Amino acid sequence: MPPMRGPAGAKVEHPFRIIKRVFQMIFHVHPIALYVVFALIIASSLCTTFALSFLSRIVDVLVNYLDAHGTFVGFDFKEILIPAFCMAGFYLLLAIFTYIYARIMMNISQDTLKKIRDDLFAHMESLPLRYFDTRSTGAVMSLYTNDVDALRQMISQSIPQILSSLFTIISVLVVMIIYSPVLTLITVTLTTILVIVTRFLTKRSGKFFLKQQRDLSRINGFCEEIFEGQKVVKVFNHEEKCNEEFEEINNGLEHSNYFANMFSSLVGPVANNIGYLSFALTTIIGALLFIHKPVLFGWTITLSIGQLSGYLAFVKNFSMPISQVSNQVNFVMMALAGAKRIFDVMDEKSEVDEGDVTLVNVRSDDELTECEEHTGHWAWKKYRDGQVTLVPLKGDVRFFGVDFGYDDKKIVLHDISLYAEAGQKIAFVGATGAGKTTITNLINRFYDVQDGKIRYDGININHIKKKDLRKSLGMVLQDTHLFSGTIAENIAYGKKNATREEIEKAAHLANADHFIERLPQGYDTYITGDGENLSQGQRQLLSIARAAIIDPPVLILDEATSSIDTWTESLVQKGMDSLMKGRTVFVIAHRLSTVRNSNAIMVLENGRIIERGDHEDLLKQKGKYYQLYTGAFELE
Amino acid sequence: MFRKLFRYSKGYRLQTILSPICVTIEAIVEVLIPLLMSEIINNGLGTGTTPANLNIIWECGLLMVILAFVSLLFGILSGVFATKASAGVAKNLRKDMFQSIETYSFSNIDSFSTSSLVTRMTTDVNNVQMAFQMMIRILFRAPILFITALVLTFIKNWQIALIFLAFCPFLLGVIIVIMMRAHPYFKVMFKKYDRLNLVVQENVNAIRTVKAFVTEEEEKEKFYMSSNDVMTYSKKAEKIIILQQPLCQLIMGAANIIIILVGAHMVVENILGTKYGDITLFIMYAQQILSSLIMVSMVLLNIVMSRAALERIFEVIETKSDLVNPENPVYDVADGSIDFKHVFFSYSKENKKPVLKDINIQIHSGETIGIFGGTGSGKSSLISLISRLYDASEGEVFVGGRNVKEYDLFTLRDQVSVVLQKNVLFSGTVRSNLLWGNENATEEEMMEVLKLASADEFILTKEEGLDAIVEQGGVNFSGGQKQRLCIARALLKKPKILILDDSTSAVDTATDAKIRAAFKSYIPSTTKIIIAQRISSIMDADKILFLDKGEVISFGTHEELMKENEIYREITNSQMKGIADESDSVKKGEN
Repeated sequence: MPPMRGPAGAKVEHPFRIIKRVFQMIFHVHPIALYVVFALIIASSLCTTFALSFLSRIVDVLVNYLDAHGTFVGFDFKEILIPAFCMAGFYLLLAIFTYIYARIMMNISQDTLKKIRDDLFAHMESLPLRYFDTRSTGAVMSLYTNDVDALRQMISQSIPQILSSLFTIISVLVVMIIYSPVLTLITVTLTTILVIVTRFLTKRSGKFFLKQQRDLSRINGFCEEIFEGQKVVKVFNHEEKCNEEFEEINNGLEHSNYFANMFSSLVGPVANNIGYLSFALTTIIGALLFIHKPVLFGWTITLSIGQLSGYLAFVKNFSMPISQVSNQVNFVMMALAGAKRIFDVMDEKSEVDEGDVTLVNVRSDDELTECEEHTGHWAWKKYRDGQVTLVPLKGDVRFFGVDFGYDDKKIVLHDISLYAEAGQKIAFVGATGAGKTTITNLINRFYDVQDGKIRYDGININHIKKKDLRKSLGMVLQDTHLFSGTIAENIAYGKKNATREEIEKAAHLANADHFIERLPQGYDTYITGDGENLSQGQRQLLSIARAAIIDPPVLILDEATSSIDTWTESLVQKGMDSLMKGRTVFVIAHRLSTVRNSNAIMVLENGRIIERGDHEDLLKQKGKYYQLYTGAFELE
Repeated sequence: MFRKLFRYSKGYRLQTILSPICVTIEAIVEVLIPLLMSEIINNGLGTGTTPANLNIIWECGLLMVILAFVSLLFGILSGVFATKASAGVAKNLRKDMFQSIETYSFSNIDSFSTSSLVTRMTTDVNNVQMAFQMMIRILFRAPILFITALVLTFIKNWQIALIFLAFCPFLLGVIIVIMMRAHPYFKVMFKKYDRLNLVVQENVNAIRTVKAFVTEEEEKEKFYMSSNDVMTYSKKAEKIIILQQPLCQLIMGAANIIIILVGAHMVVENILGTKYGDITLFIMYAQQILSSLIMVSMVLLNIVMSRAALERIFEVIETKSDLVNPENPVYDVADGSIDFKHVFFSYSKENKKPVLKDINIQIHSGETIGIFGGTGSGKSSLISLISRLYDASEGEVFVGGRNVKEYDLFTLRDQVSVVLQKNVLFSGTVRSNLLWGNENATEEEMMEVLKLASADEFILTKEEGLDAIVEQGGVNFSGGQKQRLCIARALLKKPKILILDDSTSAVDTATDAKIRAAFKSYIPSTTKIIIAQRISSIMDADKILFLDKGEVISFGTHEELMKENEIYREITNSQMKGIADESDSVKKGEN
């Protein structure tokens, strides 16, 4: 299964559908709060407008009292105190509204983000393995970092910013039209120019942003590979070469990064200065209108000094939200790309689980009775026609003519039939890629068969609940993965409530107790980075202990002892044999000494079973196994 | 911390300096525009006695338009320079980080996880880049706006200017308090983010383990908990941050009203020749001054947030390899002899239980040494001291008669070729991977080492031969094929010492024997150290080192060990049982 990169930087095709879905998520978390925020944003932009409109009123009051000699006659300070108080009132309201909506918005965005993260993770856990087969770890991780982060920016900043700017623009526009429709025309014309320029710039930078994301993922991939193999780099003195290669990718990123940011950084000064241009033009034209008072179609077009002063203050208040909106455009574009990637994952189909047969502990006195505690005996609980029946779990696994392929084109297992009777040890031997691991992946339904049947104690495994099916199978996988946490926690991975005694017993059984006791904090030694400081063999021993502690009815060992020395392996095997006495064990191993004492050995080649029998039988057959055993044939 | 950052503008100094200059010009011009406006309103329009003055309107108006274009030009220039400089700084940071990581010793590598390093190189650098761009643009623009507006107000009306000044401490105080209180929460939040990413990474890598053990629910709980932590601390930090906007609005509003009232009073009483056009001017300046302070605060906030990122970046750059070249390094390794004298070793200083205890062994140049021992007996640790991948905690290791610490590291590692237990092939081709061993290797040399490592057959069956594609981690090759390619790669170095750390575990016994035979005949003078689990891989070595729990149990030939060491004898017998009766056929297989 070669890892393929997930589609990166795909184009966002239905932006409105994505925006709608983001809003749906927000409304799902807080159904009403967002409406409150809308209302408060409208209220606060009205407050800004009203507060400013009192300015022109005050100037006009002053001008009214001005007499011919340029002095103020009969002016009462009280007359401007009232509008000033109103202004204060509106500013106070503005601050209160702003605080409340910011507070609500903060809760909305944080809660929504948590929900998105949690939903994403929960859904990811339910996805079939096929999903993970085709994606690199880095690609999946960047969903939680880069993409969720882009969404955070949009929900917590862009949405309120754009909304409040839009409302401010509309309300300011209304007031401006009331003051002077002619001047408004100038402002609107220049704003249109601004919008066109901004669109041009964002389009340009958008192109480079896509390229930048691609370059970023390239650098990500390169660094991940090199850092992962850093020790090999050191051993080969290859540092300089890596530096050179990195330099090339790094320069590429700098280039796209520069152009993407350059175009978007121009939006600010352009918006700002077109604002000033419109300010200059309105001042000139406003002044001319005031002096000439032209008559057009019988209308005298003019305005008071107060209106002109007020209008000019509004022009500034008009261009500011526009440049704020234009600044958000890029964030929204990035967020949409991120949201699309997140929703794509959420739309992936979960693993199907149509089974209803469950696994229960039983007491097996004379008759099977279900019980809560661990007895070492299990049964399948079937529901048929309203009746509950208990079928004892024996560990009898049968394949009938199973075909399987990871995709429909390439079949990797052909017509596999096999019978593992209860209590038997079944081994699979064969070259890499022969299909050994694949067979075990079908038993635990990591993948589903294309054709044929698999029966577990006579039950079609598709009828068994996946969770219970997997619980009945103790697995020691080819790749050992440890989790951040103590050694004890790692051993108790499948059995959260295990006691220290049980943990130590399992470690002893897996022969891991010796090295654990020599660690600085013994069982409480904290493991980081997938157990970097442990040798491969030690990791495998832990992995075996992890399987041993759940005391499974059926055990699958996939190259479980490949890095363990044969001496330790024989000790481990002794322990496992005593644990699994009377239970079914599947073994995949490279070393023939590991599989020799199996009840049946299946030799696989190109997805077919070519020989089967026990060790003696197979040697007598003088076939592939014999060749393998005598070293005449290479296991590749 | 940020002063250090400016050093990384190397190669982009000109842009780094020009950007603030352009921004300064833009800001000054911007402040002049409202001044002209008040001139038009005050003196151009005319009221009552004074007639309108069209000249003033046209002159000032045209000047305003020109100034707007000048400001536009410099605004654009500053944008271009600032992005160029910040993209350059980001590039330099990434480059320095990468180069620093390349100098790390093994123990340095152990202390950083790959995912953390990659995050630092991408996300953290992005944050710092944003902050840097703001620093050389907005951080200059805002104070200039502030100062010029204040100066102009002082010239026009010093009393109003004093009012402006009176408001500044309030605004600054609010901003500083908010930032100081929010910063610690942000720091915690970043840590919680790391934890969340760790859970994701582990789950994706170990998804089969999760599914096999049916622990999806537990893993979800784990994730929900860290997701909740992230939310809690984000909320704690943002709860403080959101106070800023309304508080600033209040202060701005108060300033506006007081300026209007005082301004009106001055106009009426004709103090300092104040005119009504000035009121609009003062309010615009008030907005400019206070909003520039808010802008500064926003930038500072971003800088504070990026400080955590910058710290993480500098941590990578400033972590110095704990293995440094000696002052007068030796550039020549005389021969492949190795001596261990009273060597103790442990991976960390706190660890009181050493991995290796009092190792004393002598290996002559050209010998083949087998190392044998149980899981975790210290085999890999022992050999990693030879090419100074780690330094011994106590005692000395000699190669070619000299202490390994005297050698130039490059020379030493060039002469000591290690095939690591956890070995890696890199994405590329077979050829590109082999070239790691020796950049200038010819086709013949490559084919020769492939033959030595018994890897020629499967390479030749490939259509593309040496140019066959290798995917990341070499996943398209089987375990045994990977191991043999790694051995071939190590052989290309023509080392004086060759170390194979369990490098033939996935290779069958016959091929294993073939490889060893090739070593014997083709590189007889090279010291060969072979770690193996299979007795058959080492029994024909000149000497066998038997390690247990970090101590040398025996060091001698196979025959000697068979005689004197009971465990060794037992293991050999148990391993040979299977092979012994077939050993004739094994020999046949070899031929």
